Amino acid sequence: MSEILAVEARGLTKTFSKGDVKALDGFDLDVPVGQVVGLLGPNGAGKTTAVRILSTILAADGGTARIMGFDVAKQAGDVRKTIGLAGQFATVDEYLTGFENLDMVGHLCHLPSTSIRPRATELLEQFGLADAADRPVSTYSGGMRRRLDLAAALVARPPVLFLDEPTTGLDPQSRLGLWDVIEALVAGGTTVLLTTQYLEEADRLANRVVVINAGKVIANGTPAELKADLGATVLEVTVGDHDQALRSAELLKDLSSKVVHVDGDSVEITVEEGPSVAAEAIRRLDALSIPILGLSLHEPSLDDVFLALTGQKTEVDTEALTESTKRRGRKAKETP
Amino acid sequence: MSDIALSERTSSNHTVRYALQDIRTVTKRNLIRTRRIPEALFFSSLQPIMFVLLFRYVFGGAIPVQGTTYVNYLMPGIFVQTMCFGAISTSIGLAEDLQTGLLERFRALPMSRSAVLGGRTSADVVRNIFVILLMTLVGVLVGFRPAGTIATYIAACLVMLLFSYALMWGFALIGLSAPNAEVAQLMSFPLLFPLTFASTAFVPVQSMPGWLQVFAKNQPVSVTVDAVRSLMVGGTYHDPSSIWKAIVWSVGIFLVLAPLAIRKYRKV
Repeated sequence: MSEILAVEARGLTKTFSKGDVKALDGFDLDVPVGQVVGLLGPNGAGKTTAVRILSTILAADGGTARIMGFDVAKQAGDVRKTIGLAGQFATVDEYLTGFENLDMVGHLCHLPSTSIRPRATELLEQFGLADAADRPVSTYSGGMRRRLDLAAALVARPPVLFLDEPTTGLDPQSRLGLWDVIEALVAGGTTVLLTTQYLEEADRLANRVVVINAGKVIANGTPAELKADLGATVLEVTVGDHDQALRSAELLKDLSSKVVHVDGDSVEITVEEGPSVAAEAIRRLDALSIPILGLSLHEPSLDDVFLALTGQKTEVDTEALTESTKRRGRKAKETP
Repeated sequence: MSDIALSERTSSNHTVRYALQDIRTVTKRNLIRTRRIPEALFFSSLQPIMFVLLFRYVFGGAIPVQGTTYVNYLMPGIFVQTMCFGAISTSIGLAEDLQTGLLERFRALPMSRSAVLGGRTSADVVRNIFVILLMTLVGVLVGFRPAGTIATYIAACLVMLLFSYALMWGFALIGLSAPNAEVAQLMSFPLLFPLTFASTAFVPVQSMPGWLQVFAKNQPVSVTVDAVRSLMVGGTYHDPSSIWKAIVWSVGIFLVLAPLAIRKYRKV
């Protein structure tokens, strides 16, 4: 009984017929009861597809998934009673008021009708929407919609909650507000699977982070472990040209125990002590009269996670790019 | 809360009760939406009123009918036409819900699978009842004098509502197949125009070419118009067999299209 997992996915695959895209390609996931797991990956990595399959909206082509022991394909009804889903596209009814939206979801979850009104009122208060409760959602701000969307997912107090990019597109203040709300939920014992593009978000909310790329899990660990793999800060130095960048990379290599990456005329290294390393880097480059055109220190981004994990930038599939360039070059030669 | 009965087995009795309850919830939601967008209701009511005025005062004088006044001949046709055009709102409503992602939320809820389509069509029936009342009023104002009793008038209304309900499932299929609400509307018209105009709704079929008469006399809109006319106008138009034919058509259309719409809903 104690061995039961809140979410258990084994070898999920899903191919979309449009464009023959493999959205999931042998996806595995374990979320223990009471934990918050962040599913991290760039656009198109398969995060949303995974959540849609786990929440019974979409059928997988292969593999199995269980929510609290219920099979998503064979026991969809039981799964739906167990989960709450809040999406990146806030799916609340524009023309209904905040209260009416929650009231509707309460009825559709078959809660006893006497308990729906108090539950809706309680949630609206909890999420700072009490004043807007009787206004149509069309008058709400983006942050208010997300909060209502989350509230709607919580009406039936589901033990497992899926949050699909809950803060994408929100302004920083609304994002912080939503984080507080999610943290309070987690403190109450809800199991959460959170998808996000932001390392910072996963870092703040998740016990464990699963990194997904091209439909596969490529890393799995606590945020601290991932960060330790990454180094705390990314130092980026831009120099005159690619050759200088290569020379610089050689010079600065020993400052980081991690991957040193050269991209065009810039060098990126992940380091522990940002400012002191930056000063050292300037001294070394200056000594060899390599001109520094730009220098920046930043927190590791998702891009950097990917760089460290795959040696590749997220957006551009470099291999495919060179391949197509080669082909184009060959073609050009062949044509007289 | 840990006391949620996760593995509770619902009996079939429960299933039916929940299905009806869910249909009621979704119906209520659709009706609230209709109320919140009064412009849509106003203009969708204005269109049939324009048709009444157009045929009553512009074309009517040129259309000879037997046994009654043209306005009495016209109103049953306008009623059925309005019911048919009203079914477009079924396709638009579903296309919108699909587009906004609300159907996704619904699919992740433990609600009955039939509630979205059941709630949509039920709300549209309620809207049609409102439209019938409004059109009756407008008809009387321009000289419509139904024959028969209140009971036959209500029976005529039930015949049209049944027909429109059956038709809605076809339009539900269109709404679920369309990429968005605008296209859903565009997809509906090519179906509606031949059905409503190549019919007995506005002109007696005798003026049409022979090949068209065969279609115009026997297609479901005409049969329903004939049934409504039999009940509302009577006299020359008294034709009890058309009532049964209309009911058979409606049930037949429902039995074919409803399963298709439900299957489509499960797949989208």
